[in-house]
Amino acid sequence: MFHSRTVLPLVAAASLALGTAARAEGTVEVLHWWTSGGEAKAVGELKKSFEATGGTWLDSPIAGGGGDAAMTALRARVVAGNPPTAVQLKGPGIQEWAEQGALNDVEDVAAAENWDAVLPPVLAGIMKYEGQYVAAPVNIHRVDWIWANPEALAKAGVEAMPTTWDEFNAAADKLQAAGIIPLAHGGQPWQDATVFEDVVLGVGGAGFFRKALVELDQEALTSDTMIAAFDQLRKLRGYVDPNFSGRDWNLATAMVMRGEAGFQIMGDWAKGEFLAAGKVPSKDFLCAPTPGNGFVLNSDSFTFFKVEGDDKLTGQKVLASLIMSPDFQKTFNLAKGSIPARTDVPLDDFDDCAKLSHSDLLKAIESDSLVPSMAHEMAVPRSVRGEFLDLVTEFFNSDMSSEDAVKRLADAVKRAM
Amino acid sequence: MQQASLFRTLGQTLERRLPLLVVSPLFSLSLFFVYGFIAWTAYISLTKSGVMPVYTFDGLAQYERLWDTPRWYVALKNLFIFSSLFIGISMAIGILLAILLDQHIRLEGMIRTIYLYPMALSFIVTGTVWKWILNPGLGIEHLMRQAGFENFTFDWLVNSDFAIYTVVIAAVWQSSGYAMALFLAGLRSVDDEILKAAAIDGARPWRVYTGIVLPILRPVFLSTVIILAHLAIKSFDLVVALTGGGPGYATDMPATFMYAFAFQRSELGVAAASAVMMLMTVTAIIVPYLYSELRGTRK
Repeated sequence: MFHSRTVLPLVAAASLALGTAARAEGTVEVLHWWTSGGEAKAVGELKKSFEATGGTWLDSPIAGGGGDAAMTALRARVVAGNPPTAVQLKGPGIQEWAEQGALNDVEDVAAAENWDAVLPPVLAGIMKYEGQYVAAPVNIHRVDWIWANPEALAKAGVEAMPTTWDEFNAAADKLQAAGIIPLAHGGQPWQDATVFEDVVLGVGGAGFFRKALVELDQEALTSDTMIAAFDQLRKLRGYVDPNFSGRDWNLATAMVMRGEAGFQIMGDWAKGEFLAAGKVPSKDFLCAPTPGNGFVLNSDSFTFFKVEGDDKLTGQKVLASLIMSPDFQKTFNLAKGSIPARTDVPLDDFDDCAKLSHSDLLKAIESDSLVPSMAHEMAVPRSVRGEFLDLVTEFFNSDMSSEDAVKRLADAVKRAM
Repeated sequence: MQQASLFRTLGQTLERRLPLLVVSPLFSLSLFFVYGFIAWTAYISLTKSGVMPVYTFDGLAQYERLWDTPRWYVALKNLFIFSSLFIGISMAIGILLAILLDQHIRLEGMIRTIYLYPMALSFIVTGTVWKWILNPGLGIEHLMRQAGFENFTFDWLVNSDFAIYTVVIAAVWQSSGYAMALFLAGLRSVDDEILKAAAIDGARPWRVYTGIVLPILRPVFLSTVIILAHLAIKSFDLVVALTGGGPGYATDMPATFMYAFAFQRSELGVAAASAVMMLMTVTAIIVPYLYSELRGTRK
């Protein structure tokens, strides 16, 4: 009797102490929607690395609707006062949550590891709220790519990848004459907007892109340059096959792979499709930036929410440091098809397109022609982006004139601000 | 003696109150989860809510925003086109099939089941199947072209001016069998004596139906309209499965509009305002109906 009464609490205390000791590296719960293919593999890498440090990883994958379902879950959990440790959240979405006071900063980790020195300044600005890091980027996707099938191009007599939109139009006309669909495209609002922003970059240059699509300057939005951009978009509409409506982007990529179509304008996640099908860059498919000598930036990041308790706070810091470690950035991006967000990671194991992306990124940082993507929620709040998508997609699917489009776009943006 | 009578009155009270007692938890739950959240939504529509709900009063700004948005007008126009065509065609086909089935034909049970069967599918399945049938590269157009009609075009699904009619086609396919079942039940309840009397008086079948049977079916018409109308107003899954709201947002409906603004754009305020507008539309239809029905039974 005497024994068991004293021993039991002792055992309990010991096991408690042991329990916390085993979790000294912290616990993280990560909410994300990377549930398929290369993405799931990439997040698996993160989980593996985190568990290797001795921490506990609670996975909260919420698939569906390109993250809409996850955002709904996040909202409910923040309202309930039980946010996840880290959430796959990007762009101005980070600022929106920060303004609600829902985020923790990881400034001590960032300062100790000197993140400012290794991240592109544009990207670092997006990761910070009031000068302090509240999120860590895992990768950089380039949005302004043209993918092409070399055989289809050769058949139509197109010799080089276009470097201006005029050259692109000429090449597309040749493809059309040869009976090949010039542009593989899927008629979904975000894809229409992807093409649109690449066109804006090519027609107006990086400075104009920034004024119109990032700063939402009314004058730039209604300018002749914008009208010219819409004219070019109208031209591209003519190069799309009649069946494009609602098509998923990877099906459009498959059209290029099979040689049914010559070009696709899409971010470098399309490369993942090519590689998964066993195609070799520069041989089975070509990659080139869209015209404009810029770099349209898309980046996935993990944002750190306001959690309490030493265990979770430790986990948060360990995770932040891990995400930004060069080793992790390399393995993750090899799995996902993007390039590391850190500019100092060597790219020896990456393919040619990734190397081109990296060197263009460095050039773009130097010449200040690195711009955040509007279509991929890097530049403007979701409400404004929604207005862009509505208008661009309506333009693409109707016979609206470029002048009307520009006027309506400016009105819509004003309304959403 | 006194105690016994006390128990008796207690028992009587309990007996009288028991139904209320049993119903009250359900009643309070629905009061909270239905009417409570309606009130919450209505309040949110009067605030500046964006990503998260905020509770500071902001007047009618969200409604102004809503009625300034071209996409909202597209949604309303689509709802109007869709519901009038959907209700009209479904009822016309339904009543025609019901009258034909009512001619005491053989295998009626089997035929009735066949026509009613689409109702057993969910709108998601209907939408997906019709998406394939109507896709120019896979379905009818492809088939006809392979059969030798090179110039045959049927591209409504990808044509933003006509896409809304494909939604009508799929919805009519799904629901007209149901309308038929309702009308058939109504037809069966018409008194044979009246029909015989009409036949003796020499009325032709056409006259029998337009002059006698259809007027008797008036209540069936009304309930069919109500059932189909609420299907039309809350149509969401069919649009999402069939066209995804596209091409562009050409087949947007108020319900898909609300979803897009609440969950894709982080504009809870505008979404709540559109939800309130939808509620008001339904109320405007249902309240007069309930009023006339209740007055009718009281008589």
